[in-house]
Amino acid sequence: MDTLAAPLTIAFDYTRSLGPVLGRFMAGLRERRVLGARTSDGRVHVPPLEYDPVTHEPVTDLVEVSPTGTVVSWTWNPRPVEGQPLDRPFGWALIRLDGADTPLLHAVDADELHTGMRVRIRWAAEGRGHIRDIECFEPGETGISEIAEDLEPVEIMTTPIRLHYQHTTSAEEDRYLRALEQGRIIGQRCPACRKVYVPPRVCPADGVAPDEVVEVADRGMVTTFCVVNVPFAGQRLTPPYVVAQVLLDGADIPISHLILGVEAGDVRMGMRVAAVWRDRSRWSTTPENIDHFEPTGEPDAPYESYAEHL
Amino acid sequence: MRRAAVLGTGQTEHRTRRTDVSMAGLCREAIDRALADAGTAWDQIDAVVLGKAPDLFEGVMMPELFLADAIGAAGKPLLRVHTAGSVGGATAIVATSLIRAGVHRRVLAVAFEKQSESNAMWALSIQPPFSAPITAGAGGYFAPHIRSYIRKSHAPEHIGALVAVKDRRNGALNPHAHLQQPDITLESVQRSPMLWDPIRYDETCPSSDGACAVVIGDQAAAEASSRQVAWIRATAMRTEPTFYSGKDHVNPRAGSTAARAVFKAAGIEDPLDDIDVAELYVPFSWFEPMWLENVGFVGQGQGWKLVESGETRIGGALPVNPSGGVLCSNPIGASGLLRFAEAAMQVMGRAGKHQVPGAATALGHAYGGGSQFFSMWVVGRQP
Amino acid sequence: MNTVAVVGFAHADTSLTTSGVETLVPVITAALADAGLGRREVDFWCSGSSDYLAGRAFSFVSAVDAIGAVPPIAESHVEMDAAWALYEAYLKILAGEAETALVYGFGKGTAGDLDRVLSLQLDPYTVAPLWPGAVSIAALQARLALDAGLFTEDDMARVAGRRAEGPYLSCPLREHDVARVADGVAAVVLAANDRARGLRERPARISGFAHRVDPQGLGERDLTTVPSAVAAARDAGVDGAVDVAALHAPFTHQELLLREVVRAGSYLPFGANAMFSAGLSRIGAAAGEVMSGRARTAVGHATSGPALQQNLVCVLEA
Repeated sequence: MDTLAAPLTIAFDYTRSLGPVLGRFMAGLRERRVLGARTSDGRVHVPPLEYDPVTHEPVTDLVEVSPTGTVVSWTWNPRPVEGQPLDRPFGWALIRLDGADTPLLHAVDADELHTGMRVRIRWAAEGRGHIRDIECFEPGETGISEIAEDLEPVEIMTTPIRLHYQHTTSAEEDRYLRALEQGRIIGQRCPACRKVYVPPRVCPADGVAPDEVVEVADRGMVTTFCVVNVPFAGQRLTPPYVVAQVLLDGADIPISHLILGVEAGDVRMGMRVAAVWRDRSRWSTTPENIDHFEPTGEPDAPYESYAEHL
Repeated sequence: MRRAAVLGTGQTEHRTRRTDVSMAGLCREAIDRALADAGTAWDQIDAVVLGKAPDLFEGVMMPELFLADAIGAAGKPLLRVHTAGSVGGATAIVATSLIRAGVHRRVLAVAFEKQSESNAMWALSIQPPFSAPITAGAGGYFAPHIRSYIRKSHAPEHIGALVAVKDRRNGALNPHAHLQQPDITLESVQRSPMLWDPIRYDETCPSSDGACAVVIGDQAAAEASSRQVAWIRATAMRTEPTFYSGKDHVNPRAGSTAARAVFKAAGIEDPLDDIDVAELYVPFSWFEPMWLENVGFVGQGQGWKLVESGETRIGGALPVNPSGGVLCSNPIGASGLLRFAEAAMQVMGRAGKHQVPGAATALGHAYGGGSQFFSMWVVGRQP
Repeated sequence: MNTVAVVGFAHADTSLTTSGVETLVPVITAALADAGLGRREVDFWCSGSSDYLAGRAFSFVSAVDAIGAVPPIAESHVEMDAAWALYEAYLKILAGEAETALVYGFGKGTAGDLDRVLSLQLDPYTVAPLWPGAVSIAALQARLALDAGLFTEDDMARVAGRRAEGPYLSCPLREHDVARVADGVAAVVLAANDRARGLRERPARISGFAHRVDPQGLGERDLTTVPSAVAAARDAGVDGAVDVAALHAPFTHQELLLREVVRAGSYLPFGANAMFSAGLSRIGAAAGEVMSGRARTAVGHATSGPALQQNLVCVLEA
């Protein structure tokens, strides 16, 4: 049986602080110059090393190398993907720039590649202090551009990272979600400890798959809670609001949910609450079918009845 | 069992954004200081253990790989530990095992977090499909358990603020600490905004960039050291699930079990009497009384009384978090190792203005996940 | 000094749920049954996995649910292939801190685009922002080896039981040169030697276990000699040929490079690339050869990082 699955994209623009060596390297690229790191053995590393691999001392000596170099190794990328330097088929190559002792990796815009091929940097239209200031390499030669002034190091480079995943549910999650679609809440009982888990899952205390399916009530009690007064990244509601642990009648473990329809300051431990479902026409295989919980007006549950769930 | 000792420690200046350094630079600031403190040369390091919390924080998958060269691990064995918030402690413990197993003589343990590369709250609130959109933020997970503690122990409301005042004033004695608040008062903490009721702003940890490193050596390396070392008398790690029916979130079994194990192995019968200083992982002020009970310094419901009596200040019966603790600096992946390193610095007599006079035996403590991963060590002036 | 032996192994290369918990439960149970050990008799647990395979932070945390960790257990996790978790568990036993251990690895390699995800292992300032992909990086390594005359495309094809013909996937790599990406779970049970002999007639004793890492920069190391694998094999005491070796080589040219490092009478074919359990599975498979009596000496190998940056060698004997 195929269980429910859905896409998940995670994306963030990372802000990379560069430090003195990479900061100067990126500043060089912005000015269409390539700087290499000279280490104690006299070798020039491009891309630069921040620390000398032999002495472990910080690298301080940056020297300019040529924007032209030789292909040391290569491969062909027939199907470019999101984020790569070119959106048409291109080559990847390890390129040793003239004046450098180590090769760097970059894209080459050419119809064919071979080891020993001479290539030069094609600069991006506008430099911003980023490795992508090198748009790619292309066949040909070019000389060093002699600019004498000192470079102000780049402090931060921004790197967007965007990844796509397919999220797959377990058989138990799938069963739970399909019940929610029908307005029911189900749990499953652990065959070892007999506890009812909502949502159903492998029993974390016993490490065994659950068996008997148990329908639980859409009402229960608040065991404990917090009042969220603070805005933060990724938040969906406007503070203040109450997030509570709600122990549903018939379940042996609380779920986390919102308590609305009451002043935040009036929510209490032991308060009886019931689910408020969103309009039936919008039900689907999602926990969002339950919009929030609200007080029922029943007397509070005694402390002893939920103390073991704190 | 073979003996192991901390030969030296180092840490960065912890700040919200260390935009002056790269990730390698951040690690090296801590490592270079640890090597200097230990009197250890690069070629004496046999292996490196790196700890860090989620890779999504920096957007680098297994960053120890690209860092291998800069942190001196190239050509050597390199391990990468990740046990959530307890990872710094786990990193020190894995390094200790490398010595105790007789495999190596000197091991470098380093832990870091560069939170300013992204936003931890973003990384932690990624909502997988089919999950309930109930986001409460970092404090929102722990605030309900603090409420439970207050209900169970009948602690008065100002206890959390007392801890915050103590830790922030301790942090003002520690030049590395991120937050420097020598003038903080009970009243100013109580006036700060209520973020996740019952947690106020001044009772929460900051978000920091930072790193910590320690050099751990075998008995011969320790005996060859010209300076006082911190002998590792015992280590322990314990884990339980995030949630299970009947889990005690206030007094988690994994924490009490780890504490019993570490004290037994260290030959400590009465922790309150035998431990001179404790660095406990307290990201929200109320966790100090909770962990005092969980670790077994005092009985159930008594932790807040020890706090209220002032005995957890420097000069008290059990100084807790003389460094200022997590409440003053929180580079997540390094926070546990900072606790372990501070315990070592105290018994080595190298804690500067936050030195607890005469500290001979110290506890380092870290926890992570949903109060489920615990790591601890006991270090002493004597083996 | 304790010696340590492998006493149980189980794995599954089936499709995983995102958390992996449901697939871990039967594999952990099977490994314990193979070792004849009860769940509560395990002194130390250790696992290996990656948040970037799962696409979310702290993904290893829910996997603990598969253990049934009540009462609490001694446990740790590496953000590496679980072969390195096995090394951590081996240390605990050597140090006398545990007598038995269960190590597991898991990963849902098919949840995302693995080739693209692995770009994030590369230098985040100068390489990862180009998104070169793991297969392209491996192809650059293969080209260097071919140019150096170490082997031919035919030799590579023979590793996969194929011929060097048909279109390139990423020149000079063809489809058959690249292991299929898969989901996977593996579990290995370790015991101190005295205990091991009580558990099974023929435990696979670990006679050497070592790992090393090279600098990552593709221009900062010799991509064709794999220095970290050479050093790890030397440290682990690989001396002459073993009966059988299980190498963790996601690409055929890497299998050939590694065969130069670990000489064996035969090599167990590498199936699918189930990242974060694959390396542990190779050690489990090598141990299985010893435990079954098919081999007297065996090597299990694991790799991690771009172009064989990090390597681990475990030598097993009857």
